[in-house]
Amino acid sequence: MNSSVIVFPGSNCDRDIAVALEKLQFRNKMVWHKDVDLPKSDLIVVPGGFSYGDYLRSGAIAAKSNILNEVIKAANNGCLILGICNGFQILTETGLLGGVLLRNKNLKFISKDVYVKVINTENRFCNKYKKDQILQLNIAHNEGNYFTNKEHLKELEDKNLIAFKYSDENGNLNEENNPNGSLNNIAGIFNSKKNILGMMPHPERTIDQVTSNVDGVNLFTSLLS
Amino acid sequence: MKFSVKVTLKNDVLDPQGKVIKQTLQNMGINTLKSVRQGKFFEIEIDENNEVKAKNKIEDMCKKLLVNLIIEDFEIYKI
Repeated sequence: MNSSVIVFPGSNCDRDIAVALEKLQFRNKMVWHKDVDLPKSDLIVVPGGFSYGDYLRSGAIAAKSNILNEVIKAANNGCLILGICNGFQILTETGLLGGVLLRNKNLKFISKDVYVKVINTENRFCNKYKKDQILQLNIAHNEGNYFTNKEHLKELEDKNLIAFKYSDENGNLNEENNPNGSLNNIAGIFNSKKNILGMMPHPERTIDQVTSNVDGVNLFTSLLS
Repeated sequence: MKFSVKVTLKNDVLDPQGKVIKQTLQNMGINTLKSVRQGKFFEIEIDENNEVKAKNKIEDMCKKLLVNLIIEDFEIYKI
């Protein structure tokens, strides 16, 4: 499977995701934000970091870069797109995903491992997980507080477009286990065709038993199947 | 021609920074304070002679980049 990782000035998880993809047998290429052509890709990853120093709003400047026009075209043609952390923020700023990531409710940068519950497994990204499986993934963000309007929130819930929700280790969803104030504990969502996934947790950080657990692996193996 | 753009969070969007600022001002002894909302302000100079045309261009900039319409409102003023 061919993958591309988009690199912006200020991206800082681009190498991590490349290592994860290569370890799991993707043929990966790095693509600089000024490039106007995308390599042939089955999967495009918009990685985490602080693109353009988070100027204006997180992801706002990156969403207008040359290469994002190509990503939007590819997305509309059905290419799989994964946005992680700042990548999720960028995808919302392009309009490929609805809603917006606001400043964390407690106004603090949060870097810690959290529990997330897999809500939807009937898609290309999560089919190797079990429904309601609890994963321990890392989050590291200042703007991860998912917000959207009532109509879109209803659509997300009714059409099963929520990929992950923050939970406790037993899968209970409550405000106590909502690290950043996200609406309905949302940690990751799909577009209506489910070829685009945006998520705040970093699956690429949990792919090797030496440094962590391996709860992120199945996201990548799902894509390969 | 110069314009200013005022960007504010929509009323139903939580403004944690405004909340903390309000709390701090109250701690400083300002007892009559009722609310604080934080926003953004831009000053934009544009090479146009026609005010309507210029304002339309600024509005376009707001909608395409400066403002996220899901959470923010904006107002344009000529200065």
